[in-house]
Amino acid sequence: MTDKSLIAVLKKLETEGLAAVRDASDLGALEKVRVELLGRKEGSISVVLRGLSNVPPDERPTVGQEANRVKKVLSGALVERENSFIEDMSISHEDLTLPSRPTWEGAIHPITQAVDEISKIFRDLGFTRARGPEADTEWYNFEALNTPLDHPAADEQDTLYLTDSVLLRSHTSPVQMRTMEKHDPPIRIIAPGWVYRRDTYDATHTPAFMQVEGLVIDEGITFVDFKATLAEFARRYWGPDTEVRFRPSFFPFTEPSAEVDVKRVITRQDGMREEMEWLEIMGAGMVDPAVIENAGYDPERYTGFAFGMGPGRIAMIKHGVNDLRRFFENDVRFLGQFTS
Amino acid sequence: MNASYRWLLDCVPGLQLTPEEIGEHLALRGAPLDGTVSPGRGLEDVVVGRVVSAEKHPNADRLTLCEVDSGKGVVSVVCGAPNVLEGAWYPFAPVGAVLPGDLKLKKVKIRGEVSHGMLCSAKELGLGTDHGGIYQIHGEFIPGESFIEAMGLDDVTMDVEITANRGDLLSHLGIARELAHAGRGTVLVPDFPDDPKISLTFERDLEEARLGAVGIRIEDPDLCSRYLGAVIRGVSVGESPAWLQQRLRGAGARPINNVVDATNYVMLELGQPLHAFDLNKLEGTSIVVRRAGEKESRFATLDEEHRALSSDMLMICDLQKPVAIGGVMGGLESEVTNDTVDVLLEGALFNPQSIRATRKKLGLSTDASYRFERGVDPEGIELAVSRAAALILSTAGGVIDGPVLDCCPVKFEADVVSLRLSRIEHVLGVGFTSLEVRSLLEPLGFQLADEDEGVVNVRIPGFRSYDVTREIDLIEEIARTHGYDKFPAEMRPYRPSNVPDHPIFELEDELRRVLASRGLFEAQTPAFVPKSEGDVQVANPLTSTEPFVRRAILPSLLRRVEHNFAHGNRDVRLFEIATSFRKTGTGEPPREETHLAVVMTGRREPSHWSRQDEFIAVWDLKALLETVARISYAGAAEVTIEADVVAPFHEGTGFAVIDGTDLSVGHGGLVLSSEIDAPVWAGDIWGFEITLPSNPLRLPTPEHVPLPTFPAIERDLALVVPIDHTAAELDLLIRNSGGELLESLEMFDLYFDPENDNGVRSLAFRLRFRSADRTLKDKEVDKSVDLILRRLKEELDVEPRG
Repeated sequence: MTDKSLIAVLKKLETEGLAAVRDASDLGALEKVRVELLGRKEGSISVVLRGLSNVPPDERPTVGQEANRVKKVLSGALVERENSFIEDMSISHEDLTLPSRPTWEGAIHPITQAVDEISKIFRDLGFTRARGPEADTEWYNFEALNTPLDHPAADEQDTLYLTDSVLLRSHTSPVQMRTMEKHDPPIRIIAPGWVYRRDTYDATHTPAFMQVEGLVIDEGITFVDFKATLAEFARRYWGPDTEVRFRPSFFPFTEPSAEVDVKRVITRQDGMREEMEWLEIMGAGMVDPAVIENAGYDPERYTGFAFGMGPGRIAMIKHGVNDLRRFFENDVRFLGQFTS
Repeated sequence: MNASYRWLLDCVPGLQLTPEEIGEHLALRGAPLDGTVSPGRGLEDVVVGRVVSAEKHPNADRLTLCEVDSGKGVVSVVCGAPNVLEGAWYPFAPVGAVLPGDLKLKKVKIRGEVSHGMLCSAKELGLGTDHGGIYQIHGEFIPGESFIEAMGLDDVTMDVEITANRGDLLSHLGIARELAHAGRGTVLVPDFPDDPKISLTFERDLEEARLGAVGIRIEDPDLCSRYLGAVIRGVSVGESPAWLQQRLRGAGARPINNVVDATNYVMLELGQPLHAFDLNKLEGTSIVVRRAGEKESRFATLDEEHRALSSDMLMICDLQKPVAIGGVMGGLESEVTNDTVDVLLEGALFNPQSIRATRKKLGLSTDASYRFERGVDPEGIELAVSRAAALILSTAGGVIDGPVLDCCPVKFEADVVSLRLSRIEHVLGVGFTSLEVRSLLEPLGFQLADEDEGVVNVRIPGFRSYDVTREIDLIEEIARTHGYDKFPAEMRPYRPSNVPDHPIFELEDELRRVLASRGLFEAQTPAFVPKSEGDVQVANPLTSTEPFVRRAILPSLLRRVEHNFAHGNRDVRLFEIATSFRKTGTGEPPREETHLAVVMTGRREPSHWSRQDEFIAVWDLKALLETVARISYAGAAEVTIEADVVAPFHEGTGFAVIDGTDLSVGHGGLVLSSEIDAPVWAGDIWGFEITLPSNPLRLPTPEHVPLPTFPAIERDLALVVPIDHTAAELDLLIRNSGGELLESLEMFDLYFDPENDNGVRSLAFRLRFRSADRTLKDKEVDKSVDLILRRLKEELDVEPRG
């Protein structure tokens, strides 16, 4: 036998041996494989090593080295395989399909989640978060916002009063004025918060609900910035293919005023793209010069835009909730559907 | 505003838009549709039938046996009405027809005679309240033709949402103006049948217009700037012709009689509310416009209600007494009835704020008050009176008696507003030439002078005199008419906000994140509570049971726990961050604080086969309270034992949170069973409420401590402690006695033998000693432990367990 053929035999032993180790289904089978390969008497490697004496002396080191290498590889594989059996054995009396050991999972309220998601987008667009009182005066809620109390526009929100001139704010817009009083432009804020109206509970109304206000005041802010910023928000919130539409409307504190509609494009499971109906998502507009003046700034120098939206309505649409009241029952089976 | 599709088409001849297209177009002009209905809905099965013969039912005196030509042959019909005329036309519902109210007609035998359908009354068709007789229709028809088409009910009533600033859109002509712009046609006041084409003259005077026995005087010109009265004599009041009834129905209005219908028609068409008085019921056949007198405290309106007057209300009076509430509703006594012969037709301009105040006080909003509040075209009043007069003449006969009396103490002057082209670009971000501005504004009725150094003077038409008074109003008109969608939406550079992020948002975010990760659900509950839970009252509350806003959040959460219990949810862990309202000075806004409330009941963890169920206990509450206090007060608050526990917490279970200034800012404990309606199976309910700082500090930035390089030595101490010494006392004493080498202290076991109550319990502590600069020797540690034990013995009579 020449060394070349011995080396080939060793290579073959290595390949077959590793396969045999891999295929051994339990410890008994593995022991059998071990004896076959490494057994002192009949083990294949031992046989090869014993045959070394027939190899020409100058070739012995090469063959010997190779034989030792293969022996080492196979021993390693055997030990590794054995360990894996032993590990398995320690838990093999357990049924791994048994349920895992859980902890309670809580959740942030879905309407807060909507507020957070809206806030995040606007913060990415350079907005900061502002806050104002929920009980405020007629001045901040109406008059400062260019809404005379004897104008029908003041009726659109049926207001809850605490005293003759103190009320529960009917929108978050008073935060506009309060922020402008405290801080000089550039102003880029959103103001999430509760607002109150004299609405009876039904599927789309509750007497208290969340609103997110927005206000931008600076030099050189135009209708183009207004459209761009809100369209950017809409696409980031509702998806990049969302169409955005600005429709004329009326709010006493903005002019020009607009309703912002979105038309979502949804890709169904079968890959078909489906256009949804237009959806009204916010009221907005360029800040009325009278409001800027009421805040003590020169409306010839400063312009801006403002917007307001209802995260409750948005959460309804987003999660397919058809009754706003579900959000306020706080049934843990409902809230538990919004874990993150 | 309900608008008739056909009426709109009449106002813009050549306009070829479907109702849907009109809706789309109006939406982009700022007046979207809220919906549409067809005035003929439900009457699809009704046909026009001619009564060929009518005779008394052989077996019943009050029934009529008719032969009706229904277009599909002549059928016999038993009719309950006595007024069936041979040869006349009636709405006929054949067998199989379905009428409004899901009434399906069957072949029936009435007193021995078979009836193959029904001749219908106006009420049965949903077209009126007259149930007495069947509904005769006049004109030339074909038997069997569709009743809807024959009556012109194939219209679409469009509910157009009109914003509060656009009183001018509360009329068909106004809406038509929005439709006609952009070359879609021109608006005109449509012709009507039998127009007598009268041309009125006007007798004008500043204070009092008089002609013969009829006079009009305005005493309070601040509330009524103009009052026109046209005298029409010799009318015969009756039903309006079919075309007029159709128009009214198409616009969602109900026909009443030809005189009243004429005033309503003109109001719906031009937007000017009008009123017709029975002239002969006016004392002195005269009108005095004045505020209600002190003694005139009650007044009966057309709707047969008695209204309480006050002296700030503007009344239309005769020489003796009020006859109408100006601009709101006419009086019962002077209303036009079937016996009326002479009519005084009123067209007036009232002060919008006064109308609004009056109708609010009366709780009476009418079509007229709604329009006056939003502003009626001061330049359109003459046309409105002329048109209504012509309509009355055409439908009720009579003649105009002399010129129209026109009392006009305040003359309307149209505004001229200066518009700078530079300002348009400043606001809109896109420039417009004066030529473009002209082409956008003129079709809407604005008149533009020539540009002069970048400024264009714009005359505002009367019907826009309420909402367009400033340059910015014109700029909005330009943007609106140009089309919002035509403006680019490119992001331009912006400067960062000068307003700092309010720190409470970050604190709330953090608390929400932590509490949700510990298995709690955030709840949201409305702020309204019963009297017992609030001290700030709502003056006009929604419900009498919850007329306050809350001072605490926890009770609202307990109500939510009850809701969950009622639905069988036993494991309920809720928190809410909301505003608490506290009373301050009279007339001042309440003090507001942000509170966090938590409530927990049920299992600590979901059940699992590998462990026993454990239930939420005081230690869980304490841990959460400590976490929340640490986050909220940046480590500067402490959770302590509450000495005087108050409701809703159970005595002996109360914790208080004390902030850095020794103020108590939070309370928690076991909720008293009297505070919550819980079923018998419910577990303990734990809760707390904490006031969040209004200007929270951030937790200090952690400063790195180098990890120890020398080994520690641990010692366990099992101590026998008299029952009146708390764990906290021991903890403090051990820490104080341990010296610098005591690195940490942990209580790890508690034993109390209830069988053998000898006034002591056993607490075990694990102490870890370490030095920063050397390896400790046992001897050193022994010394420290000895000192600790000695002081425990001396000061607290605590000994190591034997």
